[in-house]
Amino acid sequence: MQMRMIIGFITLCAALLCLPMAAAGAPAQADQVYINASTYVAERFAGEPPAQETLWPSSDLRTQLKNILGHAPSLRFKYWGAGGKTVWILDEIGKDRPITAGVTITDNRIEDVQVLVFRESRGWEVKYEFFTSQFANLWLDRDQQLSGKVDNITGATLSVKAMKRMAKAALLMHRATPQAQTTLADAR
Amino acid sequence: MVLVRALVILGILGAGWSTRAYAQEPSLVDLYKLVAAQGEQIKLLTQELDATKAKLASTDADVKITEERLVSTVEFVEQQSTGNADGANWWDRTRVGGYAEVHYNNIDAEDDSRNKKETDIHRYVLYVNHEYNDRVRFFSELEVEHGLVKDTADGSNSGEVEIEQAFIEVDLNGNHQAKAGLFLLPVGILNETHEPNTFYGVERNNVESIILPATWWENGAAVSGQYASGISWDFAVHSGLEMPTSGSSSYRIRSGRQKSSNASAEDLAFTGRLSFSGVPGLQLSGAYQHQTDMSQEAGDGVGEGRLLTAHAIYNQGGFQLRALWAQWEIDGDLIGQAGADDQSGWYVEPSYRFALPTSNLFTAMGVYSRFEDLQGYREQDQFEQWEVGMNLWPTDNVVFKIDYRDRSHQVSAAQGRDFKAIDLGVGLQF
Repeated sequence: MQMRMIIGFITLCAALLCLPMAAAGAPAQADQVYINASTYVAERFAGEPPAQETLWPSSDLRTQLKNILGHAPSLRFKYWGAGGKTVWILDEIGKDRPITAGVTITDNRIEDVQVLVFRESRGWEVKYEFFTSQFANLWLDRDQQLSGKVDNITGATLSVKAMKRMAKAALLMHRATPQAQTTLADAR
Repeated sequence: MVLVRALVILGILGAGWSTRAYAQEPSLVDLYKLVAAQGEQIKLLTQELDATKAKLASTDADVKITEERLVSTVEFVEQQSTGNADGANWWDRTRVGGYAEVHYNNIDAEDDSRNKKETDIHRYVLYVNHEYNDRVRFFSELEVEHGLVKDTADGSNSGEVEIEQAFIEVDLNGNHQAKAGLFLLPVGILNETHEPNTFYGVERNNVESIILPATWWENGAAVSGQYASGISWDFAVHSGLEMPTSGSSSYRIRSGRQKSSNASAEDLAFTGRLSFSGVPGLQLSGAYQHQTDMSQEAGDGVGEGRLLTAHAIYNQGGFQLRALWAQWEIDGDLIGQAGADDQSGWYVEPSYRFALPTSNLFTAMGVYSRFEDLQGYREQDQFEQWEVGMNLWPTDNVVFKIDYRDRSHQVSAAQGRDFKAIDLGVGLQF
């Protein structure tokens, strides 16, 4: 019994190790990267991404971002914007390690959230659509909270909170870009 | 060139105007002098224009250099302040953290000799994690329990220094990992996530102490997988329990933990877990463990053991419901005669967490109640317990707790142990 279980365990490990090679015919890449940033940006702009731009937050915006993130924000944020849409690639630490997420904002609402790189030891659920789809169409209310609820995942509370912080920061920064002004002009 | 032409035309027009304005016409010599003077002026202006253009080009280059330096500085500052996720330096890939909890227990027992007022730093834990590269990482956790460990002649002291985790994890591919070393077993709710700010109650629940002996770690190897459907699984081969068969802790599951210290590997154990968390707010999980010999000794009347446990967690807004059940079935004549071959327990815990206004000292408050039913082997491990309490979080990683417990034993000989207790606690993680 004992020997059979050990042999079975080793066989299982070997089979799992071979999976990516058999599927792709090539060695597995750094497998925590689920989608790279340039691919995500291209996808969000239907294959024609605009040039990268930089937002240097004003003093007031930095204060608001600090309130959302719970720590001093970066000095500048890179983003891609066109036609009332902006795409942000952000990093936030959940428990130990940074989670890299892509957040797309259109007309001041969240169009899409995806985890690009996940480095945490727990909270793997946040990288899948059953979790990220909860962010769709949410906006930032007057209290700078998301307009709808995003349910927690047991054992992944810190990763969930990191994802919420990134979504709120992207919504807030979108307002400071010319793309938000484009939306206003179109509305008029 | 446009400027030069304009000046020439203006000169000629000016000369014409002068002709009409004055009765005496200027001579050709006068006109020549005038044109020559204007030519000199044009030459000077052209030289100044060229100098300005050169200066402008130089300024443009300086601005570009300054911009590049600014971006480099910002990148450096960002790297220093946030750490580099893909950094080459070992300190960028190393994380230090920990948690701690201090308790106060005021126990009013049926038998007054068991009354107790006590304060204790129950746990202080430091963990160090290191990522060798994107696929290989190390986790460790070192714990001191009850604040003090001293070397006594009879080995009696309440404290312990324990290594609770020390394992290498390797990503096999995008959804599968393998680990080897000393790790927490994939059973129950608290065994893998037990930082004090993540659960209600000053003391952990009793089912995950007496039946599932959390914190429960073993030496071994494990593989796990997670899928987009929300289904995940774990399978581990590891050292087994060495349950005592005599003495005051005989047939007590918790006393069987070898704690990875020169642990007998005569009879290994296997644990498998299947979980579903594909609906946000819901987690369903079941685990099975097979112990090939619960006492690590053949022919002693204690044989194989099977643990089956299941739990559900449901969150809806601030509301949360936790429920867990666990049962052991142990083979063997001796353990059967003692009536210790079937040990089980369950609990249910509804709670509600409120967000508090940001101006408040506390950011959130949670209230809960818990009912537990324990059917362990020892008389003191067979009881029902009601519990209500409150958690206050000044920030997500710090918690203050208060609770009230009411325990009633089923065996009459143990009813002197019945008690009512008030507990206070503070917990943190970083």
